[in-house]
Amino acid sequence: MFEAIAFYLFAFLTIAMFYITVTTKQALYALTALAAGMIFISAFYFILGADFLGAVQIIVYTGAVMALYAFGMMFFDTTRGVKEKQGNKFIVVGLASLAAILVVVIVAAPMASENIIALNPVVDGVGNTQAIGMVLFTKYLIPFEVAAVMLLVAMVAGIVLAGKKMDLSLTLMSGAEIADIKKQKNKKVLS
Amino acid sequence: MEKYLYIALFAPLVSSLFSALFTAKEKKLFTGIIGSSLIIVSFLASSVLLTHILKTGEPIHVEMMTWMATGNLYIPFGFLVDQVSVTMMMVVTLVSSVVHVYAIGYMHHDKGFNRFFSWLSAFVFSMMILVMSDNYAGLFIGWEGVGLCSWGLIGFWFHKESASWAANEAFIMNRIADLGMLIGLFLIYWHTGTLQYDGAFEAFHTLDNTTLTWIGIFLFIGAMGKSAQFPLHTWLADAMEGPTPVSALIHAATMVTAGVYLVIRSNELYTLIPDVGLFIASLGTFVALFAASMALVNRDMKRIIAYSTLSQLGYMFAAAGLGAYWVALFHLMAHAFFKALLFLGAGNVMHAMDDELDPFKMGGLKKVMKGTWIMMTLASLALAGIFPFAGFFSKDTILEAAFADHHMVIYGVLLFTAGLTAFYSFRLVALIFHGEERYKIFGIHPHEAYRFMLIAMSPLLFLAVIAGIFQAPFFEMVEEVLSAHEYHIHSHVTVWVMMIGTQLFVGLAILYAYKKYARNGIEVPDGTSAIENSFMYKLLYNQYYIPYAYEEYIVKPYREISKVFWTEIDMKIVDATVDGIAGIIYNTGEKTRAMQSGNLSTMLKWMVAGTVALLALAVIFGIAARNSDEVASLLSVIGVM
Amino acid sequence: MMEIGLNHYLILSTILFAIGLVGVMRRKNLLLLFFATEILLNAVNIAFAAISHYYGDLTGQMFAFFVMAIAASEVAVGLGLLIVWFKRHGNIDLDFMTSMRG
Repeated sequence: MFEAIAFYLFAFLTIAMFYITVTTKQALYALTALAAGMIFISAFYFILGADFLGAVQIIVYTGAVMALYAFGMMFFDTTRGVKEKQGNKFIVVGLASLAAILVVVIVAAPMASENIIALNPVVDGVGNTQAIGMVLFTKYLIPFEVAAVMLLVAMVAGIVLAGKKMDLSLTLMSGAEIADIKKQKNKKVLS
Repeated sequence: MEKYLYIALFAPLVSSLFSALFTAKEKKLFTGIIGSSLIIVSFLASSVLLTHILKTGEPIHVEMMTWMATGNLYIPFGFLVDQVSVTMMMVVTLVSSVVHVYAIGYMHHDKGFNRFFSWLSAFVFSMMILVMSDNYAGLFIGWEGVGLCSWGLIGFWFHKESASWAANEAFIMNRIADLGMLIGLFLIYWHTGTLQYDGAFEAFHTLDNTTLTWIGIFLFIGAMGKSAQFPLHTWLADAMEGPTPVSALIHAATMVTAGVYLVIRSNELYTLIPDVGLFIASLGTFVALFAASMALVNRDMKRIIAYSTLSQLGYMFAAAGLGAYWVALFHLMAHAFFKALLFLGAGNVMHAMDDELDPFKMGGLKKVMKGTWIMMTLASLALAGIFPFAGFFSKDTILEAAFADHHMVIYGVLLFTAGLTAFYSFRLVALIFHGEERYKIFGIHPHEAYRFMLIAMSPLLFLAVIAGIFQAPFFEMVEEVLSAHEYHIHSHVTVWVMMIGTQLFVGLAILYAYKKYARNGIEVPDGTSAIENSFMYKLLYNQYYIPYAYEEYIVKPYREISKVFWTEIDMKIVDATVDGIAGIIYNTGEKTRAMQSGNLSTMLKWMVAGTVALLALAVIFGIAARNSDEVASLLSVIGVM
Repeated sequence: MMEIGLNHYLILSTILFAIGLVGVMRRKNLLLLFFATEILLNAVNIAFAAISHYYGDLTGQMFAFFVMAIAASEVAVGLGLLIVWFKRHGNIDLDFMTSMRG
């Protein structure tokens, strides 16, 4: 019973939050609603017994991704509201629903055949994190390493794209040179 | 021995390719010298092969490589040197060598010197393929090759409208005849399964008469085009637009004899269908008379000699048609020598007279051009068939063969034509070299040709005079390949009477020609004299109005039909369809271009719509495959499931 | 109060996916469009986790894990590009980004 209550509660909250994200005119509200939605989704993972996944959801999505978006928002002018395109609402909603239904039908179709064999079956007596660890570092080792490299690349790309004045390396210069540069900058600001 | 075969075959090719490197440059003397040397090399190799054949009598048969081996069709690049082909090889290479050396002098001032030698050697190569091949397909390749080189050489001075027209006429007429030859080849392959000479000839004995008749007819149609028999004869006279060495080589000695070669080579076929042979002989006889009549009144020096060639080709076909194949081959050989000599002499005269062609405007040239005078006179004597020159032995044998087979009409016509031949040949010689010097009126200053050109012509002169000696050994040599035509003339007296009678008749014709044309006081005819306006003269002078008829009744309607086809069908229907398809695609593109507005939102909407469509398709097909086997098998064929 | 079965989760995932798609199609501000993309990814993750739970297979959770990793890196690169664009053009409105007009 508790499971049902939890499910419906979080389902309602999640849908509401994401609805706000999609329809509001204020960028800040959208960001906040998105962050809230992420947290509620992690609740689902805990209900489903995917503890590791739930923890990762909070850390990565809510912590890292949302933080990234928050920093990104500082660049853009978020005070004014965004104007929305007055397109045909019905087409948009209709298309979206149709797409969603079809995707789920396709993904769920194999289940109708009733003869699904688990590829990595759950073993009893082992906690979820431990089980995931066992599978991740044996069967999924290569994707894991590749994902690591990909994250590294993304990080470097982010720094390069967003950084400015990258030709100077502050760590390799002596204190005198850094003071020099500061003086130059102040002069420019004052004049 | 095989290496001599390959040397003889490929030396002209090397010469042609070498000269072809320099076609865009100004005249380089070494192209002529190297070209001539290589052809002489080919001649020497052919001589070695000739001695081999004479000594051992064994033909040399090589297969160089396979050309087509698909299914049941097997055609190799094979070459055969037997008695017949070695004779042709000797003729071709000898005359080509002489012509090459001569042309170094003749084309001295021509800008396209290098190009000329390239074409000329290419022609020799094609002709060698034609005569040396051991199957009909190789013969056809050579056939087309000589047709092409003939086009290039007739139209050598392509900026002259008449020359390129003549070249096209020659090529197109040849192609029309080649259609017949191709059908013949197809029939041979269809009924015998092979195009090799030996295989086909063996199989011919098993085929029924109708098939053989058709094959023979179609092959002869091809020969008609190449050897300019009626009605495909107009191109030969017009081909005189080309340079004189070309006329000497191609239209006297080699290309036009290819048709005769074809008939001689297929003698095993034609002996089985004597009716077709009789038709060939009759047509040849007709052409002999026909051409001789047109040469009687012509006023173009080279055309007279061209008609003479046509007439002699008729003789050759008459001999071949009557079954005396070796006689036809012998006449071919002898004719090549003295006809080439005549043409080269005419070339000398043309050069001396600033390219003037009307013999009435010449006269008395023997004072200035002694060497050419002697050569042309002797060549004409050989042509007329006077003992002991070469023409006597070959022509007389043809007459005897006709008489012995009791084809009296053929005999009579050929005899009469021999008289006409003598008359017009010496009409030409007399008008050019004897009498008073009419050229002085036109301010021309003639001079003899270069000495080396005369020296180059001398082997031909020598052979034209003495070739008669070779008749008996020639007969022995080819007897094995060409079935000996057994003919008996009942008594020796008849033979002697015939021979002497023919000589008398011919001699009288020569004397009449000299009397009429070698005197002083001949005026250049200008269209007003009575003879010129008479019906016969006009008929003969305009070549029986046949070219006119061709132009009016065949060429013009064809051109009109082509124009209709072009404007109505091609432009309106075909082009419109193609343009229409292009237009549809273009317009579709224009309309769908609106989809790419650059707006990301719109594009995302399109993306979702497309995804929905594809997913729907997947679901529908999935359900359908689940419920019906045909759809499942179709999908598995595509490779989806 | 029904027994929560796989179908409930799948319906939830469907609804969230549809909301995400609506956002992708409607939003004109590029940043908010990225938010909608995040919603899409999360909806799919829920579906994977649910199927994994109800069939006792860990493959679903692994997949969701890797999806998260990819989403994180995608956000990093996407924001970087967005910042570069903003510095050059001064706005991130989709209607001004029509240089790909065909």
